[in-house]
Parts: sequence; C-alpha cells; structure tokens
Amino acid sequence: MPISIHRPLPPEIRDLQLELEAKAAGYGLDFFETIFEMVDYEEMSMLASYGGFPKRYPHWRFGAQYDEMMKGYSYGLQKIYEMVINTDPCYAYLLEANELTDQKLVIAHVYGHCDFFKNNAWFAPTNRKMLDDMANHAARINRYVDRFGYETVEEFIDACLSLEDLIDPYAPHIKRTADVGDQRLASWDSSEQDSNEAATGDGRFPSKPYMDSFINPPQTLEDHVEEGKAHAEEAAKRFPAEPMRDVLFFLLQHAPLKPWQHDVLSIIRDEAYYFAPQGQTKIMNEGWASYWHSTIMTSHALKDEDLITYADHHSGTMATSPQRLNPYKLGIELFKDIEQRWNSGRFGSEYDNCDDLIEKEKWNRELGLGRDKIFEVRRVHNDITFIDTYLTPEFCIEHNMFAFGYNDSNNYYEIVSREFPKIKQQLLTSLTNHSRPIIRVEEGNYRNRGELYLKHEYHGVELKPDDAEATLENLQKLWGRPVHIESIMDDKRAILSFDGHEHQMDSFEHDSIGSLLS
Amino acid sequence: MPRSIDQDLNRFNKILKGKVRDNLRKYITRSEMFGRKGRESVSIPVSNIDIPRFKFGKRGSGGAGQGDGKVGQPIGSGGQDEGEGLGQAGDQPGQHVREVEVSLDELAEMLGDQLQLPRIEPKGNDTLKSLKDKYNTISPTGPDSLRHFKRTYKRALKRQIASQTYDPTRPVIIPTRDDERFRSWTTTTEPDANAAIIYMMDVSGSMTDDQKEIVRIEAFWINTWLKKHYDGLQTRYVVHDAVAHEVDEDTFFRTRESGGTRISSAYKAAEAIIARDFPIDSWNIYCFQFSDGDNWGEDNSACLDQLQQFLLPVSNLFCYGQVESPYGSGEFIRELRKVSGDWENMILSEITSKDSIYDSIKLFLGTGK
Repeated sequence: MPISIHRPLPPEIRDLQLELEAKAAGYGLDFFETIFEMVDYEEMSMLASYGGFPKRYPHWRFGAQYDEMMKGYSYGLQKIYEMVINTDPCYAYLLEANELTDQKLVIAHVYGHCDFFKNNAWFAPTNRKMLDDMANHAARINRYVDRFGYETVEEFIDACLSLEDLIDPYAPHIKRTADVGDQRLASWDSSEQDSNEAATGDGRFPSKPYMDSFINPPQTLEDHVEEGKAHAEEAAKRFPAEPMRDVLFFLLQHAPLKPWQHDVLSIIRDEAYYFAPQGQTKIMNEGWASYWHSTIMTSHALKDEDLITYADHHSGTMATSPQRLNPYKLGIELFKDIEQRWNSGRFGSEYDNCDDLIEKEKWNRELGLGRDKIFEVRRVHNDITFIDTYLTPEFCIEHNMFAFGYNDSNNYYEIVSREFPKIKQQLLTSLTNHSRPIIRVEEGNYRNRGELYLKHEYHGVELKPDDAEATLENLQKLWGRPVHIESIMDDKRAILSFDGHEHQMDSFEHDSIGSLLS
Repeated sequence: MPRSIDQDLNRFNKILKGKVRDNLRKYITRSEMFGRKGRESVSIPVSNIDIPRFKFGKRGSGGAGQGDGKVGQPIGSGGQDEGEGLGQAGDQPGQHVREVEVSLDELAEMLGDQLQLPRIEPKGNDTLKSLKDKYNTISPTGPDSLRHFKRTYKRALKRQIASQTYDPTRPVIIPTRDDERFRSWTTTTEPDANAAIIYMMDVSGSMTDDQKEIVRIEAFWINTWLKKHYDGLQTRYVVHDAVAHEVDEDTFFRTRESGGTRISSAYKAAEAIIARDFPIDSWNIYCFQFSDGDNWGEDNSACLDQLQQFLLPVSNLFCYGQVESPYGSGEFIRELRKVSGDWENMILSEITSKDSIYDSIKLFLGTGK
C-alpha cells in the first residue's frame, strides 16, 4: 500500500532506470524491487527530515531538520540528491531538478544501496515493512496527542529521544537469552538456571576411577559448590542480573510508565533499532554505492556530454577535509583497495611475511579474486570490522591519513600521529557505538531504594557534563526515582546524580576503586 | 493539502520563540537587533535547541582524518560544540546558531508578559469615534461572492419540507432566489485612541555614547509597547543643553553638545509641541525625559513649576529616567522626588547600566496608564 505521494517517473528517466537496473543486475547486484519517485526539493527535504519515510509521528525535531535543510539549500550550502529507504520494495526518491547526468549517477548509486540493504548481514534483522509500521507509529502517537494533549506527549517523546542511543546494537544478532520480545521472562529464567546449575553441578572433570581423587579432589569440589552458591546469591541480589546495555528495554520492563508512555517508548526503541544498522555501516554502505555508481557510470552509462557534470559531482561527493573523514571516499577507496589486493594476491601470510619491498611493490599473482572478495565483504562486515580487517599501512600512506586528538592546553584539535596503529585505533574508537559512549544499567535497585544506577564504560574520553546532566533529568522523568551515572571525570571516578530536584556529583580518588555497588 | 512537516516546523518555531521569551532580558539590551529601520520583524540569533544525550566531551576525544600537515598541526578548534562532529567519521551536522524571525508585535507581547505590564486603558474620549465595519450578520441581499451556503441550503430545506416538496429518498435541494442569504456587515463605532510620545534628552557633554545607547534601547521598547496599544502613535524628540530643539529620531540619538544644562528649556519645547500638534482632549500624551541629572542649579525650581502647571496635568505619564554617568551630579532626581508624591502619573527611575533597562521599563509602563 503506497502511502507515498506516488508520482510516476517521466518516460526518459524510466528508460534510464530500466537500463541501469539491468546493468546493475548484470554485475551481480541483488536487490529488492526498487520504486523510484520524483520529488521537488521541498518534498525531498521533508522526506529527509523524516528519515526517508513519508509519514512519521509529529515532533518538532523533524521541523528543525527540515528548516535546516531548506535554509542550507537556499543559501547554496548543501543539496540532497537522492534518498533511499531500506524496505521491501525499496523506495528511492529522485530530485526533480537534477540534470539527466545526475539522475543516472543517482540511480546507479541507489542500486548499490539497495543491494547493500538486502545482503549485508547487519540489515538482516531489520523490518522491511517499516513503511507501514512508521505510519502505524504515527497513528498511535497522534491518538495519544488527541487524548493527552500535544505538549504532554511531546515532552515525553523528548525525554525518550534523549535516551534513544541507549540500545544494544548487537542485540538483534546475538540470542543472549531468548527473543528480545520475551526477555523479561527469559532473564528471570536464566538467572534461576544459573543458580540451579551452580547448586547441582559438581564441577567434576571426567576421569578414570583410579585417578578421580587426584583430578577431582573432594575439598576443591566442595569449595566449588560453595563458591557457586555464593555467586548465585550475589547474582540474585543484583537487578538486573548482569549489566544491561539495552537501557530502553530495561525501562520498558521496570519503569513506572503509564500504558501510553510505555507504548511511546517502545515505538522510539523500535525505530532506534531499525535505524541502527545504517549507523553501523555508513562507510561501507556509501562506499559500496559509490563504487557501483562509478563502475556503472564509467564503463557504460556515461555519454560524452555527461562527462563534466559527472566528474564534477563525483569529485564533490568524494571531497575530503582534514576535520571530517568522508565516508563516501574512505568506503569507495577501501573497496577498490580490497579488489586490487585480491586481484593481485596481495594478502595472506606469504605476502605479509615478504620482507623485500621491491618484490612487494611488483607483487601480482593474477588471482582475479577481487570482485568476489568485495561481494563477500559487503555481506559480512560492518564499519568496525571492515576497517579492522582491511585498513592497511599502505592504504593510510597513500591516502594521507592521520590521527588527531584534542589538545587541552590550546583548545585545538591537532594532528597527533601519522603512524598506522594510531590512525587505525583512533578510527575504530570514533566508530565504536556510532561515536556515543557505551552505557549500561548496572543496578535497578541501587542502595535498595529503587534508584537507577548506570555506568559509562570509560575508554579515555569523558562524557560532556552539561549534556549528561540534562539527559539524567530526562531519565529521571521516566524512572521516577533518583538516577545516577558512574563515569570518569577529571581522571577521577565520579557519579553524577539527579534526584528530580538537584544535581550532584561525587568523585572518588582512584585508590577507592572497587565496586561502588555494595 | 497541509503537509505534516508544517506542523512540526511551526512547533519548532514556537519553541525557538519560547527561547527568545525566556532570554528576553538578555536580548532586549542588544541594540543591533533593531538597528535596521522600517522592518516589521527582526531576526534574533538563538542557540540551537537540541535533544540532550549522553555524549563525549572534547577532553580525550579525537578521530582520524585525511590531508596534509605535520604532527602537531592544529586542524580546528571544533567551535563551541562541534566536538562530536569531529570525533566521528559520519556526516552528522554540527551545532548551529539559528536565527528566528520575530515580529515586533510578538516581541512587545513577550515583553508585556515578561514584565507583567498591564494593558493600557486609553484615556476615554467619547466625542471622538471612528467607524469600523465587521462582517458578522446575514442579509437577504448581497453579491454572490458573499453567499452563505449553509444558511441558503438550510432555508431551502425548510421551505421544501414546509411545502412538502422534499423527498427523503431523493434528497435534492434546490435553493430559489428567496432562499439565498448573504454575509453582511454592521458598522460599529470605536473610541479612537491616539497617543503621542515626547522624548526629551539632555545632550550635554556628560551624556556619553554609552548613556545614549541606554536611552535608545529603552525608547525603542517603550515605542514598541505603546504602538501595540495605539493605532496612531506619534513620536517627537527634543534635545537640549541650555536651549532646546525639536529634532528627528536620528539626530536625537546622535547629537552631542556641550555647554550648560537647562532642563526647563526642554519642558517648554514639549509644551509647545503639545499645544501645536496634540490637542489634549483627544490625545494620550506620554513624556519621557532622560538625563544624567545634572541641571543648572537655579533652573530646578523653574522645572518643577512648569511640570506641575502644564506637563503633569496633561500627561498620562511623565517618566524621568536618570542615566548614571561618570560626570553628572545626579541631583535632579532628588528635586523631582520632592513633588512626586503629589503626582501618581510621575515615575522616576534610576538607570545605572544596560542591565537596569529591563526594570526601568517595568517601572515606567507598569502602571498601565
């Protein structure tokens, strides 16, 4: 059911689409049916503000994004050429005002995205019928707006959005306990299971009878059982049983929410999970689409008269600036690099262990495995594993890469290193968790007073304190009781707290580390 | 068809305006805001609103980039809040300052709300009325463009039922000429409210640019507020040192002279303006005088006489703002205090700095006269 403002493509673009679709399929790209629509710039900005969906629930931030995009466009600062959404069928929007060359480029680019959506493992658990679900979400929230008033609902959505990053992006892939939807029961089950196992399991190693008293000394067995019991008791006191990264889910289970609030929060969480893979694969996804638009354009679709426009726009997309790594550029170059390495056999221990630089330079086994390799890469990786596996020192040198860091003393970001390990590490760090701190629920009954205790997993970058305070306020609105977050501030372990009225920060010297949770 | 994004956009603009309202005290002292003359709305920069999240600060943050440069070369300060944009390889927009368009009317409304200024009740003048047409009735005649469909069809339905020509199984209603009804107007008379503001300012050497800036800002807001309440607001400007001149607005805020100060000369000029332009029985008259309070000693009694004999009896308000200056003696306000008890339309305010403009406006306009 098309909720969209469906407008059929003009015949000449339709022909282009069919031609390019056939070309893309010919290269082995595999995509859901892709429906293209023509929109004007206002509609494009509106769709882009809504994350590509024609219908979303009412919220001011969409208006803010729209305002920014329209202003950016009218001042000539930015322009959106295209937009695709990950659904089955895929919907893609073309900008009416684009030149024909741009339309070709964009259509080829879109098929790259559609192939990526369908085949990349990280998108596998996403809901391909999200178009309908987004509209349903909108209907539900509009109903609450009618019943409880715009501002009440809006204020609650604001609070939920403030926490929307606090999901576990790996949860849809790892069956830790049971289906996420049934985790409440599952988490109780599993803790019970643990304790049963600890109480009955005797920790015996297999042994021949005559060796048994040596391999399984009775005293150790007894200790083991005791330990298991103690551990189980400890775990039973804990709530949740183990730190939980899906903070939103914890809130859905345990926060004192009214039914409509529960529903709104679950909508925000659903949408956050839906959009998560796009954040996890930005470099790959854009790189893959760029790889295909440049391959298809340069080997087939480009006519003489297209050349200048194409070159201009392609290079515009690929432009780099020192302050911001361009995901399109990094992605396409890495894919090309991988293709070349696997074509020439520059991988594996033989190549890695070769000390002769001249021989390495000339290395070519003529394996021709490149195409297959990049298809495999696009199927299994996300940005982090992609960079971790395929970024090479040679690549960093060739592309003039560097690592930068913030210098406290002069308030400047500056280049800190051009060494490969440092660049790779900084890049991976900045990609981790979509560049957001990793935060878990440690305790839902802190100090035995029903207070919520979160912990930030500190890896050298501190939280921004004013935002942390404002976020705690929103968390407190949902939890109802005082809330805390533990992190490191000024090199000291610190707990930021908000009890509904005032903020507090306790810091501890490093000596007193040990669990602050008793 | 209304687009759903418009609702979100309106809501966002409302929130931005709320931000202006919350920080009005800060904004009203910014003169650059109303520097452009003749504009109905002003753009006010407000820091972007954003949904707070747990995120990384700058300390310890970094990332990877591409380009030339040696180790140690700065690549940017990351501005106020851009830290997050830098840290990631994504294309998240950084923080921006937004400009929000606010009309002067809205600003006046906000100011009124914030200062809890009472609505001004115009001095009633029953003899002077203006006529106003309002389309609020129905008439049996009129042009087609004003035809009231619902009324017309209702009458037709009534007629058909009454004449038993209405067939419920085939509910066709055909209005005749007699059924037609049209929107029409009534003419009402409204009391005409005119107001004149006369600004008087001491331009002797001790009034420096800083002091004049204060007067300018305060006068701007007073105008804005009074304009909201009166359709035909007239302003006149008088500057004086030892003698007074009527000047235009621009000159008023730029002139700087030296020499002695004789405040009574300004009062005389104001009196002449009122006599000439604003017959007191049909005008609401507001007098605002600004000075650093340094007057020629023997002139003080002349001032008090003139005030009490003419200006105070005819004015809705007579406001005196004494702007603190490093040179002035500030004695004039003490003279005025001697009589201020007798005149409830006389308001005195000491303005020590830009920050006190807000309170001064509240003091001046808080009586609702």
